[in-house]
Amino acid sequence: MSAAATPAYPRTWKRPPFFASRALKWALVAGALVYLVLALASVEVNWARLSEGAGRAARLFSGFLTPDFVSRWGDIWQGLVESLTMTVTSTVAGILLSVPIALGAARNLAPWWLYGICRGIIALARVFQEIIVAIFFVAMVGFGPFAGFLTLSFSTIGFLAKLLADDIEEADPGQVEAVRATGAGWWQTVDYAIASQVMPRLIGLSAYRFDINFRESAVVGIVGAGGIGATLNTALDRYEFDSAAAILLIIIGIVMACEYGSGLIRQRIQ
Amino acid sequence: MAVLTDATGGRSWQLRTSRERLVRWFAWLALVALTVFCWRVMTAGTIWAFVTDAPTQAADIFGRMVPPRWDYANRLWWPLWDTINIATLGTMIALVLAVPVAFLAARNTTPSTAFVRPVALFIIVASRSINALIWGLLLVAVLGPGVLAGIIAIALRSIGFIGKLLYEAIEEIDQRQVEAIRATGASGAQVMAWGIVPQILPALATIAVFRWDINIRESTVLGLVGAGGLGLALEASLNTLAWPQVSVILLMILATVLLSEWVTAKVRRAII
Repeated sequence: MSAAATPAYPRTWKRPPFFASRALKWALVAGALVYLVLALASVEVNWARLSEGAGRAARLFSGFLTPDFVSRWGDIWQGLVESLTMTVTSTVAGILLSVPIALGAARNLAPWWLYGICRGIIALARVFQEIIVAIFFVAMVGFGPFAGFLTLSFSTIGFLAKLLADDIEEADPGQVEAVRATGAGWWQTVDYAIASQVMPRLIGLSAYRFDINFRESAVVGIVGAGGIGATLNTALDRYEFDSAAAILLIIIGIVMACEYGSGLIRQRIQ
Repeated sequence: MAVLTDATGGRSWQLRTSRERLVRWFAWLALVALTVFCWRVMTAGTIWAFVTDAPTQAADIFGRMVPPRWDYANRLWWPLWDTINIATLGTMIALVLAVPVAFLAARNTTPSTAFVRPVALFIIVASRSINALIWGLLLVAVLGPGVLAGIIAIALRSIGFIGKLLYEAIEEIDQRQVEAIRATGASGAQVMAWGIVPQILPALATIAVFRWDINIRESTVLGLVGAGGLGLALEASLNTLAWPQVSVILLMILATVLLSEWVTAKVRRAII
């Protein structure tokens, strides 16, 4: 920069461009537009069915204003008990299975072959949606909450074991070394150096997973794996919108309570 | 931390006082009791003969699933296109709806913390607490089966997610930049356009891509309740016990999910 060639001080300012190349930017915009047109064109809208649906939408809305908790209470109660018990047992079982798998999937604790196996299990549990897993468990053990329990326990591994393993790998190696230097064995190292570091996180994640498991338990019933979802499915199949509204309000209420509770637990331990 | 003194006057260090240990012991007892109770209630109607039979059943199902019927894949291109459209269009509609909700919910941009903010927060919570499949069930009952119900289900479900993450991002913006723009004499709209929007745009883009990835996964199963896409083909194959077709569909879903994850990773790297 030479002082002599100083240009006139710029009086206007332009936002720096997001894309480095103008051609790339317009190609992306054009591509997006073409996609949008094609996608919108392939959505078939059946207007006759839609106008018929308007009446149903109105009934659904009025159902929300006058939810009917009474006439199907027996079914609702059974679905709720199934969902809640399923949530508790599958969360506990999921944690019990996740902890050893997480220890095996932590690079700093496990030999390479165990690491591979455990990471494989985690990947398998994460790939498919709960609903698809539920279809298979229903086909294996029959209809009912037990299939839901298996599904949720399995998905809990994918979530909890992965996050916990990542957390163990990030644990402070100084503490591990200090405990090992006292002559501690493998179990003692895990107990005193690792567990004390990751415990708050494990509790927080478990509370969060409890919350998720309840949400999912409200859905797996649609494919026959027990819980409130089955009751909701039946109510909607019969067009009993007031009962369906009651079920939805209960689900929203419990989800909010779970979320608030798990938030409170996570705040207290952090 | 506590120091205990025993009968002979010796002192020893303990992690917790005896009172703390008692409380913890009771908490564990309560947890175990609750789990056992729930287990008994849940399995009351379980037929154990079916459960012990499960490994045989599993082997049978997987035996039927291989070899996959590869030529069936040619009939899946249209459902696949529908699935991608459900996820993409649903995410776009959700973005359009969630941005104003997020601005109304953020403490620093809402017009009224007493009246507007609680309403916006309620919309976010209600949308988040109902799974896309349940939205799908509702919308199929109202609109009839098809892609449209799927798109709206995904959109309604995503509002809460996008809204929540976005309003947290808005609340975390750097106020000094907003003040600097205001100090130049900018109007409310100009403060919005030059002070707030540029700060949250990267967050919005990452949230949108992240949600699109989730929506691809969710839209693959929406068809199970009649809302179009690959799930519809899955339902049809399951109902006719055509297991070789089921395995093709599952592989197709797997490929789609992996592809969406790859796209998401690419886009995120470009943004951050």
